[in-house]
Formats: sequence, structure tokens, C-alpha cells
Amino acid sequence: MMLVDAWHYLTAHPAQFGAALAVHVALSAAALVIATAIAIPAGIYAAHRSGVAFAAINAANIGRTLPSLAVLALVMPLLGTGFAPSLFALSLLALPPILLNTLAGMRSIDADIVDAARGMGMTPRGILRRIEWPLALPVIFAGLRTAAIQVISGAVLAAFIGGGGLGDFITAGIAMMAVPQLLVGAIPVTMLALGADYAFGALQRRVTPRGLG
Amino acid sequence: MIQIEHLTKRFAGPSAPAVDDLTLAVGEREICVLIGPSGCGKTTTMRMINRMIEPDAGRIRIAGRDVTGIDPVTLRRSVGYVIQQVGLFPHMTIAENVATVPHLLGWDAARAARRVDELLARVDMDPARYRDRYPRELSGGQKQRVGVARALAADPPVMLMDEPFGALDPITRAALQDEFLRILNDLGKTIVFVTHDIDEALKMGSRIAILRAGRLVQYDRPEAILAHPADAFVESFVGSDRALKRLALMTAIDHATSTLIPPADAPRLDRGANLRDALSTLLQAGRDAAVIEQDGTSPRVITLATIREALADGARAETQLGP
Amino acid sequence: MSWFLRNIDLVAVALGQHVAIALTALAIAFAIALPVGIAAARSERVYGVAMGIAGLLYTIPTLAFLALLIPLVGLGRTNAIVAMVAFSLVVLIRNVATGIRGVSPDVVDAARGMGMSARQLLLRIELPLAAPVIVAGLRVAAVTVISVTVVAAYINAGGLGTLIFNGISNDHAPKIWSGALTACALAVAVDGMLALVERRLARARLG
Repeated sequence: MMLVDAWHYLTAHPAQFGAALAVHVALSAAALVIATAIAIPAGIYAAHRSGVAFAAINAANIGRTLPSLAVLALVMPLLGTGFAPSLFALSLLALPPILLNTLAGMRSIDADIVDAARGMGMTPRGILRRIEWPLALPVIFAGLRTAAIQVISGAVLAAFIGGGGLGDFITAGIAMMAVPQLLVGAIPVTMLALGADYAFGALQRRVTPRGLG
Repeated sequence: MIQIEHLTKRFAGPSAPAVDDLTLAVGEREICVLIGPSGCGKTTTMRMINRMIEPDAGRIRIAGRDVTGIDPVTLRRSVGYVIQQVGLFPHMTIAENVATVPHLLGWDAARAARRVDELLARVDMDPARYRDRYPRELSGGQKQRVGVARALAADPPVMLMDEPFGALDPITRAALQDEFLRILNDLGKTIVFVTHDIDEALKMGSRIAILRAGRLVQYDRPEAILAHPADAFVESFVGSDRALKRLALMTAIDHATSTLIPPADAPRLDRGANLRDALSTLLQAGRDAAVIEQDGTSPRVITLATIREALADGARAETQLGP
Repeated sequence: MSWFLRNIDLVAVALGQHVAIALTALAIAFAIALPVGIAAARSERVYGVAMGIAGLLYTIPTLAFLALLIPLVGLGRTNAIVAMVAFSLVVLIRNVATGIRGVSPDVVDAARGMGMSARQLLLRIELPLAAPVIVAGLRVAAVTVISVTVVAAYINAGGLGTLIFNGISNDHAPKIWSGALTACALAVAVDGMLALVERRLARARLG
């Protein structure tokens, strides 16, 4: 049975698998962190400036449509192969959903609530911290969830530009028509993606304030 | 308490100013109602008092201090602010909502909590039941009660209210108007109240400022505006039934006589009835005289004649009193 | 670049394959998603189950999915299309369901009151009014499908990805540029076109 063969292959190459898994997780996590560190502050900045927001939304919408592999491939002639170029490309891919969701979350807040807060004497920083951020957080987290899945999937493709990760097993397995090897890459990465989706979903529920939905 | 001097505001686009050289003064413990047709500048004026909008010209003073000399954030923490849609923070409990300004001012938790309970009780919402609930669990009327409590939390001397009861059904609105007047009576605040509803203005205002196209048309007590509208616009604005509205402002007791002996089957009026109710009762019954319910003392009588006299006397009194 | 211009026929062939696969996958996905979406609009249970399954499929990383299908359907276009259909379902079903549910209950009530049958109601009222939202879903699905097709070149499905993989293994940058940029251009163009359609439909409905 193929699964049994796959298991044998895995246990025969523990170090290789461990390294691939580690690289995959590192690549995904790092890309997510970098993209978050850029996109959330940018989104907050743009939320109150409609001109900037318009430009940001349009740029992010275009970014969102670009095929992941195309972006990864385009990076290669420019930055070469390996971990760093892959990280760069994956960070770019993760930016649009986080940026769009941050903007959407911030702008979906009822204007009357912000007006009341301002009228009561909250500073702009206070309003952001106590009102806008908690209310926008669930939508922002939905964006993080989307980005996480995209990044984990993209990290598989990073194998094509020497980024390492579980994609190596898949590409090697396909090239050599060795199904067990292929499964050693495909199944764990699927579990990783499903796990991340579940985790972010749970986190999203956690950060939804009690008074909402 | 509040002095508005030559206040002017222009918005980009429209050629006419939204507020045009407005001057008026609100005395301490007064309720000044700003009313007028859509676009007359009433809300803009109100929002310039707490600098949510900055004036282009003119000056606003609260308790003698020019508001432009005070940091807006500090200013707003000392002025109560109630808006039509309330704007309760949905992610905070009722208690947290009410305690917002006290927290901003750095009150300790115990003091804030006591104040929250005190205010919830004052707006007739059992603190034990409501303090930990969330806004979405409340009805429209309850939300606005919380809104009022929230505005009163730091005990500001001045409160701004922008059509606070406008989104409520007529019954809830009437109930909240009565309650609010009662609360105000106890607390002695100075209020600027914006509405487009002339009946609400007549009910709530110590003085009414009628605005049109950014200008002040008349600023006087309700009785005076009804008795002597400044021009045709005010006359049509207050409505063609202004005599009846005037009667509604006068209580039957004040104008009754005890010198007449009423017929035994004269229609009866409630003790708290106003003259409009009296007129309505008389017309309905097809009679000339009605008796006010009283125990003991000699009966008080209202006749069509006394009603007419009350109107005439009132108009004369208003002329003498002046604005 | 000059390579691009000299080999524009190559690119055109790849582009043609790409569009063919994408369209086929989209058509099949929509054919499945439409009835499921309509059923999901009517039943919370169906919606839950459909979203659950389709959502799960969507979460599986692209290349992993294609790889997992190999033992089942082998390599080539069929494999790619199965994967693309699976990925597109969640968006299409959700948008069909949301679009239909979003039709004003007053309108539905009036239509029923006038004596429309369920089928007429669906065809003449609900689907037309839900069209903008459905097209929005098609837009996302189209972009997804174009993206997957790029990867599917690796399992011999053809398309613009072949240029990219060729370019990578031969370290031939112009091939990479041509394949990748054409794929990006295709995605942006399709997204833009469908966005226009979506907007046109939305405006027509608001009357």
C-alpha cells in the first residue's frame, strides 16, 4: 500500500524530512511575520486617508491576482535561488490579503462609534487602541488566516527556486515517478496547511470581542 | 454659561455659509434648543462648541473661557456629548461604556464603578441587571439611556445633544424626554439640544433658537415664540396650530377660577391637564365649562372664556417680558 | 524583450493551452457549484456541509493536491482540471449561495404573490439579481484557476508554466520572464474584465 511505502520512506530519511519540514515552517512563518509587520501598519495608516487607501486597495487587488509560481519565478533572475529569494517572494504574496483585510476591518467600523469616542475626548491614538483595533481585529485575523494558507502553499512551490521545504519531496517524487516519496511531501504539508487554518480560525474566534457576533 | 459670538463656518462647495455670523448666549442651567429646517446649521453650530468642527470666524466661550484656547481633547472630556445613533462601543459592556470618560480622566476603578451604578440607576436601568450586558442586547430606548448616562459620567457642566431621541419610536421618545427633563432638574446642567421637531423643542427648551440658512431668526422662550413669531417663516415653522401649542404649555390649574359654580354634570379634567386638553374636553362634550378634579377645596372651573383670556394674557405678558 | 518577440508563437501556444484548461476547469466548477450553491442558499445544513468540504479542499496546497491526485488520475490535463475544480468550488458555492440569499425578501415575496413558480422565481428573479455576487465569485475562481494552471505545467498539463519550468531548468531568464509575465498579465486582464462585468451588472440591478 502506498501509504505504508511512504511511511517507510519517511522513516528511512528522518533527517532529510526534518530539515525540509523545518525549512518549510521557517519560510512560512518568516514570510507571514514580515508581511504582517508591513501590511498591518500600512493598512492602519491608509485607513484614514482615502487617497492612500484607494491606491493601496488597487495595488493589493492586482497583487492578489498574480499567480504564486509566477511571482516566485520572477524573483529568480533578479535575486537568484535559495531561502532568501523565496522568503522575499513569499512575503510579497502574503502582503495583499493582510493589507486588504486590515483596511476593510478598519473601515467597516460604524462612523457613529468613532464620532462618539472623539466627542467624548478620546485622543486619536486612544481611539485606535481602544475602539478601532479591537473592532477590526477579527477581520484582520481572517486576512492573516488567508495569508497563512497562501504562504504555506507557496512555500511548496519555493522548491522550484531552491528554497527547500517539503516541496522538494514532491518535485523529486514527481520527477522520478516515485509515489511514496511524493506522499512524504504532500501529506505532511497538507496537514500543516489544515492545521494552520484550524489554528488561525480558533485564534480569530478568540480575538472576536464578546459584544460582537 | 455659553457665549457664541459672530460664529461663522463655511464648507467647501456650497457658496452660502453653513453658519453665518451667529450670536447667542446660553445661561447656566438653561436648555437651549437649536431648531430649524434641514441644512440650517444647527448641528454644525453644536459641533463647534466642542470643536468637533472648527469655526472659520467668531468665538465660543464656555464659563468665560475661549474654547479655542483649550486643547480639544481636554475640552471634550469636560463636555457631555450625546448623538442620535448613540455610538455605544459594541465590544464593551454597558459599565465599560459608561465609565469611558472617567477612565480617560484617570479615576480609580472603584470610584468609576460607583459612578456607573449611580448613573445607571439615575437613568432607570437596574445596575445589577445591565452593568455587564452588551449594547447589542439592549433596545433603542435603553441604548440611549446608556448614552445619556455615559455623557453624564464625569459630571460635565455642559452637555451637547444632537437629536438624541430622534431614532426612537414616539412612545419611547416621550418617555425619555420626560425622564431627561427630570434628571436635568435634579442635576442642573447647561444643555445645547439640537432637534428638528418643534414639539420636542417646545417641550424641552427653556429657550429656543430658530435657525435658517445659518442665521438666527428668533431666540426666545417657547411661549414668546408662539405668541409673537418674529416673521412669516417662524410662524409657518411653528405651525398653524400655534394657539393650541400655546395652550399646551399652560396648565389648567393655573388659569382656573374658583368663583364660578359649575353645573353638576360638567365634564371633568385631570389635575395635571393643560389648557389644550381642557379645550379638547370642552369641544368634545359640547359644553362651556369643565371642572378640575380635586378633593376637598372648592372646585376649580375652566371655561372657554378663561381659555381665551389665558391666551390674551399670555401674549401680553410675553410682550412685556421681552426675549 | 527580443526573445519574447522572436518566439511569440511559442508563447501564444502556451497561452492558448493555458486559457483552454482554465476555461474548461471553470466551466466544470461552475456547473457543479451552481446547483450546490442554490441548494445551499435554501438550506443551512447544505451550506454548512458544502462549505466544510469545499473549504477543506481549498486549503490543500496546490502542488500537494496535484501530487496527491497522481496515484489516482495520473499526470496531465485531467489531473490539473480535477484539482482546479476542487479549488474553485468553495468560492463559487459561497458566492452563489450568498448572492441568492442576498435577494431582498420583499422582491421574492412579491414575485411569489404574483404567481411565479419556484423555477421562474429562480431563473427570472433570484439568479439575475444574484448575478453581480456570482460574477464576483467567478472572478476569484478564474484567478485561482489561472494560478493553478501555471503550476500544473509541472505535471505535463501544458500552459504558460512550461515556459517557466523550462526557463528555470535551463537557466534561461527570457523564458522565465515571458512565461511568468504573460501569466501575470493574463490574470490581471481576466480579473479586470470580470470586475467590469461585475460592476455593470451591479449598476443594472440598482436601476
